[in-house]
Amino acid sequence: MELLLISLQSLQFLLDTCKILVIGAGGLGCELLKDLALSGFRHIHVVDMDTIDVSNLNRQFLFRLKDVGRPKADIAADFINGRIPGCNVVPHFKKIQDFDESFYRQFHIIVCGLDSIIARRWMNGMLLSLLVYEDGVLDPSSIIPLIDGGTEGFKGNARVIFPGMTACIDCTLELYPPQINFPMCTIASMPRLPEHCVEYVRMLLWPKEKPFGDGVGLDADDPEHIQWVYQKSQERAAEFSITGVTYRLTQGVVKRIIPAVASTNAVIAAACATEVFKIASSAYIPLNNYMVFNDVDGLYTYTFEAERKENCSSCSQVPQDLHFSPSAKLQEVLDYLTENASLQMKSPAITATLEGKNKTLYLQTVASIEQRTRPNLSKSLKELGLLDGQELAVADVTTPQTLLFKLSFTS
Amino acid sequence: MAATKTAKEQKYDRQLRLWGDHGQEELENAHVCLINSTASGTEILKNLVLPGIGAFTIVDGHKVSGEDVGNNFFLSNNSIGRNRAQAATELLQELNTDVSGNFVEESPDKLLDNDPEFFHRFTLVIGVQLPESTCLRLGSVLWNANVPFLVCRTYGLVGYMRLVVKEHTVIESHPDNALEDLRLDQPFAELKSHIQSYDLEGMGKKDHGHTPWIIIVAKYLEKWFSEHNFQLPKNYKEKEAFKQLIRQGILKNEKGTPEVEENFEEAIKNVNTALNPTKISNGVDDLFNGEQCNDITSQTPAFWVMTRAVREFVQNDGGGNLPVRGSIPDMIADSEKFINLQNVYREKAMQDASVVSKHVESLLQSVGKPSESISEQDIKLFCKNAAFLRVVRCRSLAEEYSVETVNKDAITCSMDGADGEMVLYLMLRSVDRFYQQHSRYPGVYNYQVEEDISKLKLCVNSLLQEYGLNVSVKDDYIHEFCRYGAAEPHTVASFLGGSAAQEAIKLITRQFVPFNNTFVYNAMSQTTATFQL
Repeated sequence: MELLLISLQSLQFLLDTCKILVIGAGGLGCELLKDLALSGFRHIHVVDMDTIDVSNLNRQFLFRLKDVGRPKADIAADFINGRIPGCNVVPHFKKIQDFDESFYRQFHIIVCGLDSIIARRWMNGMLLSLLVYEDGVLDPSSIIPLIDGGTEGFKGNARVIFPGMTACIDCTLELYPPQINFPMCTIASMPRLPEHCVEYVRMLLWPKEKPFGDGVGLDADDPEHIQWVYQKSQERAAEFSITGVTYRLTQGVVKRIIPAVASTNAVIAAACATEVFKIASSAYIPLNNYMVFNDVDGLYTYTFEAERKENCSSCSQVPQDLHFSPSAKLQEVLDYLTENASLQMKSPAITATLEGKNKTLYLQTVASIEQRTRPNLSKSLKELGLLDGQELAVADVTTPQTLLFKLSFTS
Repeated sequence: MAATKTAKEQKYDRQLRLWGDHGQEELENAHVCLINSTASGTEILKNLVLPGIGAFTIVDGHKVSGEDVGNNFFLSNNSIGRNRAQAATELLQELNTDVSGNFVEESPDKLLDNDPEFFHRFTLVIGVQLPESTCLRLGSVLWNANVPFLVCRTYGLVGYMRLVVKEHTVIESHPDNALEDLRLDQPFAELKSHIQSYDLEGMGKKDHGHTPWIIIVAKYLEKWFSEHNFQLPKNYKEKEAFKQLIRQGILKNEKGTPEVEENFEEAIKNVNTALNPTKISNGVDDLFNGEQCNDITSQTPAFWVMTRAVREFVQNDGGGNLPVRGSIPDMIADSEKFINLQNVYREKAMQDASVVSKHVESLLQSVGKPSESISEQDIKLFCKNAAFLRVVRCRSLAEEYSVETVNKDAITCSMDGADGEMVLYLMLRSVDRFYQQHSRYPGVYNYQVEEDISKLKLCVNSLLQEYGLNVSVKDDYIHEFCRYGAAEPHTVASFLGGSAAQEAIKLITRQFVPFNNTFVYNAMSQTTATFQL
């Protein structure tokens, strides 16, 4: 059937040679694997670090009740390979961060069905790090197209990224505004909504009462834990005459549940898979480059060209400027890296070259180093020996590459 | 028994958060008919089986071909030669044991000949890849039987849906960006006296900084009214002046610098929307003025009885306003102040709902129906959603296809942007014409592609002429549609599958708003359009 849409040569490439990587074997991933397999792709790899949960079964159709607890990637691959003979899906029950460039380099196209912005940004950074520039000119053969899909309830989006050429994930980071958390004073002393009561129990009461023993953290997937949180939330709500605390609400708040249905995932994955097909067959112009979908009221789509950001922290290749006074404390720099809407880093580690040596100014993710470098946060940039024009290297979970910043002193 | 319910609740948790237990119940009581289990058909059904539709029946007289297996996830190599309806039912049924799957090995045309009432039993009929004649026949039967009909097709890189339902009412439309119902421009008595219980000037610092912004706006509005002849701030200049008035109310410390009072900042930010005059939308007004609302009989559906009851409320008890919705957004405030304020709105909403209830009762009585036929719960839900009621009425296929009633304007206007989706609709109508004449679609076999171009062009021209459509269709489209060869690429079928299934769910659950009435998807440009034809 595809013969009538693309050339025989293109079809051969699809079947025999083209290698596609699917990231995520969940709501979008299951759909993507089906769509790609039935579009003629034979060499597909899928990466997913999760195991199957009962609540997945309303849309992740490659899984059954008996599969609960098993790795998604494995079960998904088995199902597709069984249903579509000739298709070879290779599963990886791993995190995307477990692989390096040598793994990702082997694919012609990568398509993501992720539920995490951090993971998206990491993937984005990885593909950017694969780009080869010769004398400042981008070598097109080093570009691996990234198709990215996302859904939430009845809304979704699909985008096509040619790293180094079109807008990358970080160019449009403002499209994903940071998650708003409730202010602590509301949670601690002035609850008004049932959600505030649940957050109180999760964040304040649990650490205090340690209901399941010392050092036992709240496991959002443990129904006994949720039951405890639910009861305590009801008590808290009763104290303030707040109505509306239900088990479902409690679970939703603790797990940060995003509602999901099969239909939205089907639509977005299909759009993504169509793009993979178009690019692999070189037969049609790919989506340029961002489609938004919403079927709350009728069906609505909006397609536009997301623009590259000139000074994108990831893909612009120009070190970002950091403007601070020499008397500013390192803490202020840290706050900027985490709070700035275009950067939104999670736990940045800052290093600089001082007196010819690489010095870690602050690192959060290793306890011993965090302790050792913590005093630096209250020191001024001048005190730390940093100079105007100095390069700072920042590493963070949101990107596989270290980002370079240029310190620019203000008076 | 309890264990089973919890297992289902667990499985369906993510969707229950969208349409609730009552929506799920509607889904589980529904029986959907799918005609033709091609890839488009099975993809639609997949997205209905997974969320737990009660039952489905596939009507399909075809046998499974090798080509079928190539694009259909719910057919496998060992189904080749078997009846397609049966083979697909097995693999779809396997997705969800809660669902009851059935099949009828028969062509829809045969059923229409011998037993058209077969289709009356369904909640919804979905027809996939139907030739025009079958589509129109079925459309007529379902229209007269008041069974909603959803027509779907995938044709090359084009997806198409047509909804045919006489009247579909929606109480819970769940609008994305609903304005709050705060009544600040006309506070009801209980709200007024609650506002009066606050003395902003006499408060302590802590209370001042934790007073809900609604109270703050209300208080300053009173000031403003006394100085502006009881007129609301109307334009940008006046609203800015009003915001300044509020800003001056922020407490100052000993040095005279303003304190940080986030509730006052919230008040200022919300001025623009909070002062919108309370009024009934045109949409709801239209419902009040409609025939169904005027002529209440014993056959009148509950939706219209309640609409009429609310209209009575608006005219007799609500001072021209709908029943108070009863909800307020979260805002910076201490718990007690917020809860007390929330309760003022909630209690008023309950009061208004019980007045509406009395109207419902007397309306039911007047047509000899028991008052229990509409529950208190339903009335409360209706009142809460009174501002968001929606009704979708689609024209019949007969109206769309008839030369006398074709929607020429919609077609010609949309053809102005010559490369939009309307031209794809015209091409679909043209290939249907081709099928009628040649008993096949254009370009199905490679050797046919070239010679069919001129034949298809004749169909396009005769279509445009017959309907008196003064538009032109570029040759490129005619070539493209010949190349498509009536193919059904899986990804396009899957896109349509998701789209159609959700529209079906909207019709069944009566939540969210279905499209009206023609939807076209262009997989090449990844664009879509909706037309009312």
